[in-house]
Amino acid sequence: MHNKSLTELAAGLRAGEFTSVELTQHFLDRIEKYDESLNSFITVTPEIALAQAAEADAQIAAGTAGPLTGIPMALKDIFCTDGVKTSCASKMLDNFISPYNATVVEKLKAAGMPMLGKTNMDEFAMGSSNESSYYGAVKNPWDTERVPGGSSGGSAAAVAARLVPMATGTDTGGSIRQPASLTGITGIKPTYGRVSRFGMIAYASSLDQGGVFARDAADCALVLGAMAGFDEKDSTSSEREVEDYAAGLDQSLQGLRIGVPAEYFGEGLDEGVAASIKSALDKYKELGAEIVEIELPNTGLAIPSYYVIAPAECSANLSRLDGVRYGHRCEDPVDLEDMYKRSRAEGFGSEVKRRIMVGTYALSAGYYDAYYLKAQKVRRKIKDDFVQAFENVDVIMGPVSPTTAFKLGEKSDDPVSMYLSDIYTLAVNLAGLPAISVPVEPAEGLPVGLQIIGNYFDESRLLNVAHQFQQATDWHKQSPEGFGG
Amino acid sequence: MEWETVIGLEIHAQLSTKSKLFSGSSTAYGAEPNTQANVVDLAMPGVLPVLNIDAVRKAVMFGMAIEADVPDVSVFARKNYFYPDLPQGYQISQFDKPIVGLGHLDIELENGETKRIGVTRAHLEQDAGKSLHKDFAGQTGVDLNRSGTPLLEIVSEPDMSNAKEAVAYMKKIHSLVQFLGICDGNMQEGSFRCDANVSVRPKGQAEFGTRAELKNINSFKFVERAINIEVERQIDVIEAGGEVVQETRLFDPDKDETRSMRSKEEANDYRYFPDPDLLPVAITQELRDSVRAELPELPEQKKQRFINQFELSAFDAGVLTSNRALSDYFEAVAEATGEAKLSANWVNGELASHLNKAELDVTESKVSAEQLTGLIKRIADNTISGKIAKDVFEAIWNGEGDADEIIEAKGLKQITDSGAIESIIDEIIAANPGQYEQYRSGKDKLFGFFVGQVMKASKGKANPAEVNRLLKAKLDA
Amino acid sequence: MSLTASDVKKISHLARLAIDEADIEPYANNLSNILGLVEQMDAADVADIEPMANPQDATQRLRDDIVTEVNQREKFQAIAPNTEAGLYLVPKVLE
Repeated sequence: MHNKSLTELAAGLRAGEFTSVELTQHFLDRIEKYDESLNSFITVTPEIALAQAAEADAQIAAGTAGPLTGIPMALKDIFCTDGVKTSCASKMLDNFISPYNATVVEKLKAAGMPMLGKTNMDEFAMGSSNESSYYGAVKNPWDTERVPGGSSGGSAAAVAARLVPMATGTDTGGSIRQPASLTGITGIKPTYGRVSRFGMIAYASSLDQGGVFARDAADCALVLGAMAGFDEKDSTSSEREVEDYAAGLDQSLQGLRIGVPAEYFGEGLDEGVAASIKSALDKYKELGAEIVEIELPNTGLAIPSYYVIAPAECSANLSRLDGVRYGHRCEDPVDLEDMYKRSRAEGFGSEVKRRIMVGTYALSAGYYDAYYLKAQKVRRKIKDDFVQAFENVDVIMGPVSPTTAFKLGEKSDDPVSMYLSDIYTLAVNLAGLPAISVPVEPAEGLPVGLQIIGNYFDESRLLNVAHQFQQATDWHKQSPEGFGG
Repeated sequence: MEWETVIGLEIHAQLSTKSKLFSGSSTAYGAEPNTQANVVDLAMPGVLPVLNIDAVRKAVMFGMAIEADVPDVSVFARKNYFYPDLPQGYQISQFDKPIVGLGHLDIELENGETKRIGVTRAHLEQDAGKSLHKDFAGQTGVDLNRSGTPLLEIVSEPDMSNAKEAVAYMKKIHSLVQFLGICDGNMQEGSFRCDANVSVRPKGQAEFGTRAELKNINSFKFVERAINIEVERQIDVIEAGGEVVQETRLFDPDKDETRSMRSKEEANDYRYFPDPDLLPVAITQELRDSVRAELPELPEQKKQRFINQFELSAFDAGVLTSNRALSDYFEAVAEATGEAKLSANWVNGELASHLNKAELDVTESKVSAEQLTGLIKRIADNTISGKIAKDVFEAIWNGEGDADEIIEAKGLKQITDSGAIESIIDEIIAANPGQYEQYRSGKDKLFGFFVGQVMKASKGKANPAEVNRLLKAKLDA
Repeated sequence: MSLTASDVKKISHLARLAIDEADIEPYANNLSNILGLVEQMDAADVADIEPMANPQDATQRLRDDIVTEVNQREKFQAIAPNTEAGLYLVPKVLE
């Protein structure tokens, strides 16, 4: 059952081959059996999952079910879930039982998807390896000595190991695409404003965007359709109507213009990864697409700009974690200042503290113009590069990550080298564009992801372009060994 | 040395919206603690702000009323600091792009001249919660009901040169926001609060002295007192060879002093930046037009109209338009009675003094506009005299009923029947033959004595004009 | 830009993060490295470029002034570290 696509699972449920309760129990059993080696879940919620599955079965029987009814899912532990611990993988929120649901949670609940649990992640979504979690690192199912990527590493590892058919993620600087790439699954980060951020614990508000991990693009299309849409609770949510993403999947790629930026194939790109990406581009040519060389000259400025803007926003976003109304409060504070300082020092891990401090510094008197304002101007240059490129091409392709999954501990002591691994993903968040990571030919046995970047609100085309590749290849069907096939 | 004072005010007016600036929680005053704070107001992880249109409209209306520049785009920014009554750890405020730009307001000085005071800007921001310091085993209790209530912060230019001008300006803004219906002006409940920036400099010096910020002075009386005390303090400091420190000071009305708030004085670095959860606010032509259509008559316009329409003196019209509720009260009475001048005298006289004594607002008056109308009608149609009317007013105030009921019950109806008055006159003349003789022999001043006696004998009910006429005739016959 | 120990102390105070003496130096190094990375921006020519605060060119949507919330104090305070009489308690705030 766990190797079926969402469409196949939906068909099986309709046909009565299995019930949602059976399906849900099957995945709960797999989590129980295999997650010890991966650590992909922070919280497993069997009672909720089975109760929701029973409801789903009733809907299926009554003929009121939707396309996703009864198919279990998991949520990155950044989505607030009413009555369930929502920790953001931080000691700060280890005791936080959310009193409300994120809009995404409401939507997936309304779609009838039982929730298996909450997945592990980098603390407050800050990281590219999932090593900054208070609950310990997540392991890559392809090689448990290696990282699954971050920050949505738990969701990616769980989907890759077939512990769950799909999971939600969030992407602030690559946190869906990079772990999807490193674990060999499909992950889409929609246009900024496409999925509501309400109830998604903020890291960097102008960059954060929720999205989906699944086996393939067709599954992503189904779930994204259910998650996306205008939300009156989010001022940055787009009022644009959501397209029927599944409807466009089968379009031919004949005449598709693919922009390939030279800047994405320069120094630092692993040769094996480069070869895999190039062979994928060849496959696209076979499918009728045309490769166009393009320039994104400000690509190199994405890292510095991002590492000002994201920390600056996070330094304010995380100020509410003060130990007054919820979350961790230190023992026996001597006074107010002591309560703030110790609660926050004890509650946050070192990467979070580093980013808060960088952001605080970048916004402080005398430095604002040199850092924050400058970064915002650079941000516009980066966006303008893309706007110009899309005048001439339909999609842009390149690698997601310069390397395959690296070893646990390899970069965790050196923040700067960790930051550099985000080089190909950050610009997309700064511009607010949609992008998807699609598994291509592995390099030395480890998954490699092709990044496809689309124009604003062009998710339909992204999914179509990814789906056509997946119709012609079976990299996305490969799964890691050791998880019961 | 002669000193010159420079004062600027920052006024915080709570906008009278039903819901908060960025959430759907109620802003009603006086609820049980923390019952009007939702996930957004409590700054739960993941929540987001959505802007209240009514707060925007009210701010724009204020801008129009002070003839200010209202730019096409304004931006919300985060002001970062930690405080238990500030759940987000930042206040959503406005920094370099406020909703209202430069405007102005005229105040009347004691010598009758007017002075133009510049309003630098007005911006929208969230109010904070309240810290309660009563005893919770040495801890502070935090109530977040007020957290997120919309405030309009109105910042003046440093255009005021003494405490009286500052009070006149503050009163003018207070009256204006109530006229506009954008703030209830209730100072006890904290809907209208004021900080004053005060500095002194040697007379004639161009550059400003170092200023102190006096925080949260919440009555007109205290503003005047606090500023005067602070000015004296600063002059004393300088004359003793010291230097004024730029700091925040708190006025203590009990001790009649201002004192430094050192605990808050550590270097503040608010790290303002545009709030990424909110987009730029566009003030469209459509919005401007619809706000302008709702812009009520402003105090100055109303004053001119009262002068023209009701033939009131500038002074009376000024007093009556100092407060929207008062002007509404007056206008209702004046229109219903058709006696504008008389109505003005009663509203500014008897009513004002009763309200003052009882420390009541006109909206809480124990004599309603309808009741005063009833009373004034009886004065106008000579049913009662002005003197008796004061007693009737008192009785209405004390809840004894309407004017007609009281006049009837107490038998206060004026005697206008000349026969009845004549017979009283005859009795009085007969009872005072000595005075009568003196009057007849030329002591005109005794006329007043006879009037008094007649009025007394009629228990004040005789129509004074009629008494005068008839008495004159009898005495001089 | 190289941060000094006193810079780190000042920043950690602004951010209300207690920091051990022993950790100040490593933080100073770490943060200096990050700022070094960030300063690659210095070379960029941004003359006449409008800062971009948000990917969308949209403007703020305005909500009708309607009260939509009901009292949920009990639920919200169930997860609070310390409450009494409906109030959140914190160490004494000095006036």
